[in-house]
Amino acid sequence: MNLSISLTVNGVRRDVELGDPRVTLLDLLRERLDLPGTKKGCDRGQCGACTVLLDGRRINSCLALAVSHDGADILTIEGVARGDQLHPVQAAFIAHDGFQCGFCTPGQIMSAIGLIHEGQAGDDPERIREGMSGNLCRCGAYAGITDAVLEVQQGLAEADQRRSA
Amino acid sequence: MNSFDYVRPTTISDAIAAAAAPGAAYLASGTNLLDLMKGGISRPNRLVDVTRLPGLDRIEHLADGGIRIGALVGNADLAHDPDFAKSYPAVAEALLSGASAQLRNAATVGGNLLQRTRCGYFYDTASACNKRQPGTGCDARHGDNRLHAVLGWSEACIATHPSDFCVPLVALDAVVEIEGRNGRREVALEALYCLPGDTPERESELEPGDLIVALRLSGEARGFAAHARYLKVRERTSYAFAVVSAAAGLRIEQGTIRDARLALGGVAPKPWRARSAEKILIGSKLDPASFRHAAKAALADAKPSGDNLFKIELAQRIIVRALTLAAAGTPQRIAALPASPFSSVSRTDSGAIYD
Repeated sequence: MNLSISLTVNGVRRDVELGDPRVTLLDLLRERLDLPGTKKGCDRGQCGACTVLLDGRRINSCLALAVSHDGADILTIEGVARGDQLHPVQAAFIAHDGFQCGFCTPGQIMSAIGLIHEGQAGDDPERIREGMSGNLCRCGAYAGITDAVLEVQQGLAEADQRRSA
Repeated sequence: MNSFDYVRPTTISDAIAAAAAPGAAYLASGTNLLDLMKGGISRPNRLVDVTRLPGLDRIEHLADGGIRIGALVGNADLAHDPDFAKSYPAVAEALLSGASAQLRNAATVGGNLLQRTRCGYFYDTASACNKRQPGTGCDARHGDNRLHAVLGWSEACIATHPSDFCVPLVALDAVVEIEGRNGRREVALEALYCLPGDTPERESELEPGDLIVALRLSGEARGFAAHARYLKVRERTSYAFAVVSAAAGLRIEQGTIRDARLALGGVAPKPWRARSAEKILIGSKLDPASFRHAAKAALADAKPSGDNLFKIELAQRIIVRALTLAAAGTPQRIAALPASPFSSVSRTDSGAIYD
């Protein structure tokens, strides 16, 4: 079986010869594509540090075989800002102290972006906490994380209201 | 992780041929299998990637009013399908109470049905485990076993089936469609799973090469939609397996239960249908005494496999509470904390949680 794949990563097409089918999407990003922003925490799908968007949806990249995702569109933490302009979720994490050591933060931010796209949580803090439960933070910055997501959701709702007014 | 051959067939017949070889395993999203392979617990020599097989990612409506769910439909997609959630609300609630959002986005319906019955000793390759290595013994049997099975277990294995999704599915008589070397067949989901007996390594009736292609729920099963709940007690509020869970569905006419469905999770090596309890409920009024009587019958054959006597009492209380919630009516919207007894009660979440 040919183990060459093509992915679009942060808008750029990347062609890769894997050589071994065991390579996870996480290891591909970190070790071969020079994108170490996505973190390896537990490497078993329990901590969420490796969260990326795959075809627009958040997944654990540690539990995805790269070879199985030939042709996929991947968004990582390196691809969310526009130049020096932070993504609104990044800015909200800073404004609300949504991190301390920062190790889980790329996964938290990607998960929050995914959660907001999914559109299920709205501005209900309990639904946000539930929706973010796949991302552990050993520093315990959960209160700030919830506030950050809440602020972005409320900003989106206000923007919607302005548009429809 | 051991090395393996990777193949990605484009037809179901090629997939079956590739997976029928000894040591081969199907790969869908891999959320359970890759985890087991990283731990050296599963060591397949060939992975047959089914994710590109055509026609398995659809939700279809059937002539009898039922639904046919392709094996590659994602857990999250199914749970958020508006028609599905309205017709089979306890199944949607169970799906949303399982794993994390990331895992639900990746996981497939077919894969969820075939996740392993497992415990911590199964994961720990330094421990004796008859499931991982037949004939080596069971370190769980006299180990740390407060979360293990109280129904259906054997001396060889006391692990529990971890799926939430499967609990309301067996309550609603879900059927799986299987393609194999000898063609297509159908099996009731409840009958797909084997009890451990002396062969805990064999968890299902599937033969080498057998591929689950779809899951079906009948139109009749929609009849429970107005009074259906899934309730799950966990050791933390979210992203944890059930200590005990229950799916309850009622058909109520003039205050009398005309039909009842009840199944339990977290207590047995397979999703556990409680038929003796259903028989007691049918014809009963909606009163706590009937619910308690049914709950007692559901656990009549239970016995602790270790430090888990509490599960027998807890399961009865969860049954009573799930029936009470179901009787009060399915909420308009799934609670913020799906299936949690700690969900806040609001106007949109009808049904008293605290009785």
